[in-house]
Amino acid sequence: MHLEEFAEGNSFFHRLDPRVKFITVIPYIFVIAVMQGTKGPFSALMISLLMVVFSRISFKKLIGRLIVVNTFILILWIFIPFSYPGDTVFHIGFLKATLEGFLYVLSITLKANAIVLATIAILGTSEVFYLAHALVHLKMPDKLVHLFFFFYRYISVLHEEFTRLKKAMTIRYFRPKTDMHTYRTYAYLIGMLLVRSYERSQRIYKAMLCRGFNGMFPVTDHFHLHKYDIMFGIVMFTIIFIYILILL
Amino acid sequence: MTTSHMGNIVEIKNLNFSYQNGRKVLDDLSFSLNKGERVGITGPNGAGKTTLFHLVMGLLYPDSGEIRVFGKPRNYEKDFSEVRKKIGLLFQDSDDQLFSPTVEEDIAFGPLNLGKSHEETKAIVRYTCEQLGLKGYEKKITHRLSGGEKRLVALATVVAMQPECFLLDEPVTGLDETTTERFLKYLKEHADTYAIITHDREFLKDTVDKIYVLKNSKITAI
Repeated sequence: MHLEEFAEGNSFFHRLDPRVKFITVIPYIFVIAVMQGTKGPFSALMISLLMVVFSRISFKKLIGRLIVVNTFILILWIFIPFSYPGDTVFHIGFLKATLEGFLYVLSITLKANAIVLATIAILGTSEVFYLAHALVHLKMPDKLVHLFFFFYRYISVLHEEFTRLKKAMTIRYFRPKTDMHTYRTYAYLIGMLLVRSYERSQRIYKAMLCRGFNGMFPVTDHFHLHKYDIMFGIVMFTIIFIYILILL
Repeated sequence: MTTSHMGNIVEIKNLNFSYQNGRKVLDDLSFSLNKGERVGITGPNGAGKTTLFHLVMGLLYPDSGEIRVFGKPRNYEKDFSEVRKKIGLLFQDSDDQLFSPTVEEDIAFGPLNLGKSHEETKAIVRYTCEQLGLKGYEKKITHRLSGGEKRLVALATVVAMQPECFLLDEPVTGLDETTTERFLKYLKEHADTYAIITHDREFLKDTVDKIYVLKNSKITAI
């Protein structure tokens, strides 16, 4: 399992200081989230798309991610138009679809995609380790940063463990069906995964203690602000500021 | 490296230890490891070999008995920080030992915790990689290495702390001949005090001067 597929590359976004990334992306996401109507979200989507183009990440992989996000949004397209008051566009039986409903769900779609694209272009282009590192510099609580980092680091170990267990099931001719045997087996699988990961976490903690761990992660590399970092910060904050003015 | 205390690195007297489920694994056990000694510990599965190492490192605490390391009694968590600085424990499963994203970061973790500067640490990482034939591995992602490579990197993380004594828990189980050779070569040339847990009697013949068997809660020299 590869979780950092966008982090490989050498574009402007890959070189940006992760600290600047966090400082700009969070307010940017926030203003998009509180926008109303469709014009604002549409312009934000265009800006996010521009970022994606500049980050030169694989279009194919990006589409894969977007499909996942938009599958959830598709469900909204089924329900919201019929449950929103306003002018009726058409009706199926007693269900009335309204124009306002359609505009509302369109706004959500534009906003969601704008946020996802910006997050991938800005945060996705850094390795998780550097993001965690940046969070430490931004004075986030150590414990939260560790949690975030270990969650990332061991999700792949967990996944391996899961594949191993699943293989063990498959070689003994296990085929999932809709019966008690299948449910019980899956319950065992999940239980086993929990127990194993708990035990592993204990062993890892011991190994860290043996190497003098005292609750802090020492960092070897330090970040340096470049001119382009400051330029990016200025551009992003100008955009955010304009949006805030429009929102007010 | 010279040490201020007399010969004994590890000295254990009348140690008792039971698992949480009540099963007694160590019963009135006494054991010592002197400076310059190279010993092997063998015995059936579940006999408490790993437990013994973990007790020495303060990862587990005994029910009763005395653990002295570097001449001082070690009873509480704070007593063990010095032990962990000077004794290097290699875990059975390298996946437990390696948790940083890259080889370089993982090797640097220990020295940085010891308070070494970034420059010193970089030099240690480079030197350690050279010693273990891991040159060019610095930027590799730890969890994508092969089993043998992981074991060598795990050893590197321990070596980087420049311990006075090694505790090696089944270091060559599952390794191929070439990797085992590399492991052996390092031990012979650079380590003067160590205890090895293994089932491999042939490997022990080449690496240690003295063999202990841990069986039925007792340890005996053969």
